[in-house]
Amino acid sequence: MSDTAHGHGGGDGGTRRDFLALAGAAFGAAGAGLALWPLIDSMNPAKDVLALSSVEIDLKPVAVGQRITVKWRGKPVFIDHRTPDQISKAQADDKADLKDPQSDKDRVKKAEWLVMVGVCTHLGCVPLGQKVGQPRGEFGGWFCPCHGSHYDASGRIRKGPAPKNLEVPVYSFLNDTTLRVG
Amino acid sequence: MSASSQSQGPIVRWIDERLPVFSFMQHELHEYPTPKNLNYWWNFGSLAGIVLVIMIATGIFLAMNYTPHVDHAFNSVERIMRDVNYGWLIRYVHANGASMFFLVVYIHIFRGLYYGSYKPPRELLWWLGLVILLLMMATAFMGYVLPWGQMSFWGATVITNLFSAIPGVGEPIVTWLWGGFAVDNPTLQRFFSLHYLLPFVIVGVVVLHLVALHTAKSNNPLGIDPKSDKDTIPFHPYYTIKDMFGLGVFLIVFMAFVFYAPNFLGHPDNYIPAEPLVTPASIVPEWYLLPFYAILRAVPDKLGGVLLMFGAIFVLFALPWLDSSKVRSARFRPIYKQVFWIFLADCIVLGWAGAQKPEGAALLIGQLATAYYFFHLLILMPLLGRYEKTKPLPESISQPVLKS
Ligand code: HEM
Ligand code: FES
Repeated sequence: MSDTAHGHGGGDGGTRRDFLALAGAAFGAAGAGLALWPLIDSMNPAKDVLALSSVEIDLKPVAVGQRITVKWRGKPVFIDHRTPDQISKAQADDKADLKDPQSDKDRVKKAEWLVMVGVCTHLGCVPLGQKVGQPRGEFGGWFCPCHGSHYDASGRIRKGPAPKNLEVPVYSFLNDTTLRVG
Repeated sequence: MSASSQSQGPIVRWIDERLPVFSFMQHELHEYPTPKNLNYWWNFGSLAGIVLVIMIATGIFLAMNYTPHVDHAFNSVERIMRDVNYGWLIRYVHANGASMFFLVVYIHIFRGLYYGSYKPPRELLWWLGLVILLLMMATAFMGYVLPWGQMSFWGATVITNLFSAIPGVGEPIVTWLWGGFAVDNPTLQRFFSLHYLLPFVIVGVVVLHLVALHTAKSNNPLGIDPKSDKDTIPFHPYYTIKDMFGLGVFLIVFMAFVFYAPNFLGHPDNYIPAEPLVTPASIVPEWYLLPFYAILRAVPDKLGGVLLMFGAIFVLFALPWLDSSKVRSARFRPIYKQVFWIFLADCIVLGWAGAQKPEGAALLIGQLATAYYFFHLLILMPLLGRYEKTKPLPESISQPVLKS
């Protein structure tokens, strides 16, 4: 005992005391980390917040050519009841020079309903174009006034600093006229 | 000091020459010469500090989800319990932590009483400790109001009404405290603000407490000053490791409450939302305030009860002068050693009396215990200081240690 305490216990320079000190410190650090986790995790979305993570929307009142905005998880979701013109324009643009290539077919479940998160993929502003009379940008979709990003009729980024197309959320059609986002 | 920082890396040395934080820590936490005979009662100071940190950490995260409004406070606490990730754990640690804080601090204070740690040159150290106790009481009281249950509401009503006993200006003062004509939303909002503020004031006073400690140096179970280097050992690693061990034991007790009896120390009525029109059958404060509550109710006069209750703490400020004995430690004071335990028992009796209905035998016992509390501090201590025959003190800390 007494000679291990004086440091003759170890083979390669480490003593039994060094080992105990290190093991003790490691346990202490792991324990402190574990104790911190509940505090950190408490800042993640709570159960009631997660419970709000889907919304159902009645599509009956949305006329062809009309765009509406609904709130989902605190963010705007753009729902665009596209006209046949807009659909063919969006499909034609599949062959254009796209920054974030994606075909219009891959961005919709039904061609006449375009559903997207209305948050500019640059720095989070809400692009214009939902309301009548607002600028829709050079490609007939949406225009973000913050730093000038232009989105086309499929919500794809065509010009400006935004790196990606407007995000398509998880959604499904519960029946012909009811949409569920989330 | 700079010699010790020499052994550090160049970055540490660069900083230390400009802002000597490292040599400060080296000096105060590493080298700090500590009497070598400290027993486990000396663990409670560092424990109190750690509990304070735990309270502030959990409190800050509670505050992220708490809403200080009469319409939302109760539900926001329930949301913390049910919906927020680990919210139940954070709240139970905070609520039981308050009890643990008082437990630790009360032991810390009685340690001081037993070993005469309030005597010269530690009077200001003692005073700063009492200021911390008063701030803790205010903080805990206001924290208890925040969940806005029945006990919150009626506790707040009763305690704030204490100030109405002040002759003449009592009523205006209470209205001012409330920000209205009853405990209501303005009261809740200011209590939340102050409940957030005061712990940081406590941190400030704790710093002063430590400055005073490191100036006067630690007392020890023998109550005599260290005579030479032989009587002291460096704080680190000897007392850091002892404090860590004590922390482990303490956390077992603390977590046993948190995980197995989280509501044992609380009152079930506080899970009923505040109802300003119905007072619960009996109003009792949290256990740590019960002795003072008993003193308040011992006097059949409103102003007298309030004065005596505050007086119970304020006499402690005078203790360094009330106890005129030159000998610090009760080990060498045969009579004080006995009455110390009677005094401790008296405080526990007061706590019991504070929890009973103030009538019949319980009231009488509360009154007798109150009388004894003041008799001990105001009469017995000065008399003992003068007439008690103390035992001879050892020559140094090392002497009795080496002999045995
Ligand atoms: C000296 C340290 C502290 C003490 C003694 C203390 C004491 C208390 C007490 C007794 C309660 C009532 C517990 C209950 O029955 O639920 C409480 C609640 C609360 N405290 Fe503290 N506290 C302290 C520090 C803090 C700090 C620094 C914050 C940060 C803002 C804080 C925020 C809260 C909140 C938001 C509540 C209401 C939620 C609840 O009821 O659990 N506390 N506190
Ligand atoms: S946020 Fe939309 S362009 Fe910068």
